Amino acid sequence: MKRIRTLTTKNLKQTMKKGGCGECQTSCQSACKTSCTVANQSCENK
Amino acid sequence: MVYQYIQNGYHIVLDVNSGSVHVVDKVVYDVISDYKEHSREDIAEAIRNKYPAEQLADADINEIFSEIEQCIGQGTLFTEDTYKKQITDYKKRDTYVKALCLHVAHDCNLACCYCFAGEGEYKGERSLMSYEVGKKALDFLVENSGNRINLEVDFFGGEPLMNFDTIKKLVAYGRSIEKEKRKNFRFTLTTNGVLLNKEVIDFLNKEMDNVVLSIDGRKEINDTMRPCKNGKGSYDLILSKIKETADSRKQQKYYVRGTFTHHNLDFDKDVLHLADEGFKQISVEPVVADPKEDYAILREDLPEIIKGYERLADELIKRKKEGNDFQFFHFMIDLEGGPCVYKRLSGCGSGTEYLAVTPQGDLYPCHQFVGQEEFLLGNVENGITNSKIRDMFKNCSVYAKEECADCFAKFYCSGGCAANAYYSHGDIHAVYELGCELQKKRVECAIMLKAAD
Repeated sequence: MKRIRTLTTKNLKQTMKKGGCGECQTSCQSACKTSCTVANQSCENK
Repeated sequence: MVYQYIQNGYHIVLDVNSGSVHVVDKVVYDVISDYKEHSREDIAEAIRNKYPAEQLADADINEIFSEIEQCIGQGTLFTEDTYKKQITDYKKRDTYVKALCLHVAHDCNLACCYCFAGEGEYKGERSLMSYEVGKKALDFLVENSGNRINLEVDFFGGEPLMNFDTIKKLVAYGRSIEKEKRKNFRFTLTTNGVLLNKEVIDFLNKEMDNVVLSIDGRKEINDTMRPCKNGKGSYDLILSKIKETADSRKQQKYYVRGTFTHHNLDFDKDVLHLADEGFKQISVEPVVADPKEDYAILREDLPEIIKGYERLADELIKRKKEGNDFQFFHFMIDLEGGPCVYKRLSGCGSGTEYLAVTPQGDLYPCHQFVGQEEFLLGNVENGITNSKIRDMFKNCSVYAKEECADCFAKFYCSGGCAANAYYSHGDIHAVYELGCELQKKRVECAIMLKAAD
């Protein structure tokens, strides 16, 4: 496409199929402890 | 749901429900904003009126509509939220504990002014966790973790290194049972840096998956809010120690973490100060405080803080070009490998998969609730006995909060922090609006940085 540049992203709808394993890091165990930051957590079930 | 914004010259279109990010030109940007509300003919006429003919031939208009339709066909634009039922069902599943915030020391060797733990005591007595209590906590975690393999234990305080011997023994105990129990412990530690020395650093490098090192930034900023017990600033005492720790970890698997307050709304200067000191993993976060405190962040501070985030994002782009960049925790976003929708929408897990343990072995929904008796869940001996509180936390999700329904950032913050909501509104299912505004800005900056890559 010439006018729309789509960044490579994970399609969230697809993640409904095999997601929810619960193995990824709990957000507050990273660095925040005062906010809720989930989007930078890595998926453990790729 | 589509969210559009312009930052740093980038016209960004976020398709919230699929997670797709499009960087478009300004004409496409305008067309997308009218796409659902107006007819194709009306939109075409509007943009013909807005943009000079030499910039916009009929062929271009057809091309724009064709590209938009292509995105819609690929499920990356104007997608619907189809997750609610599945997330609601998911939240009804049995919960397993997978992460503990282990308060090994309710005592501290600093006297930080903004400490939510009240200089480490959490409204109780100064105390250290015994090995026996810590061991029971690890056993409790293993027994209640179901089929989860990765178990997280954060050594927290107060200042956890005031109880270093117990930490060493608990790590050894964890390692001794993980094979038999088919678990993988990921230990982390949050420290103010005062007690770091070679022995401690070697141990942390061997056993800790991540280390959080507290420092607020510039010396005068750090020393105002993070004094020692004798009133002197802590900056000179800790800087070389945390530098040594960061370097010994090859500038990976750690964060220097600061807190900014009403007194340093130009916190971006503190972030850059830490970067200039050589740190590559940096997190500086807004204080959460009673609005009556003079350092609390107020609504009128928002414009200045937002400008600070924008300045920081611009500087990151510049430094990346120069080969001198660093990671700012709140601008990190994993578009390609990030978490699934369940994780993104089902809340932080406090009170269910994540619990805090006091030195006496009492269980609370998270470190921010420790000492609030009405939130006491049970203890490591008898497990969770207050299922009413646990169930209240279990219901936390993006869909439990009306305010989140139309928010583009809900897939990035998971509905926000339950403690912030409670302390601002007395209800864990509320939202902390100030925090939301900042979160939204951070997500915008993070996505803009991806567009600039």
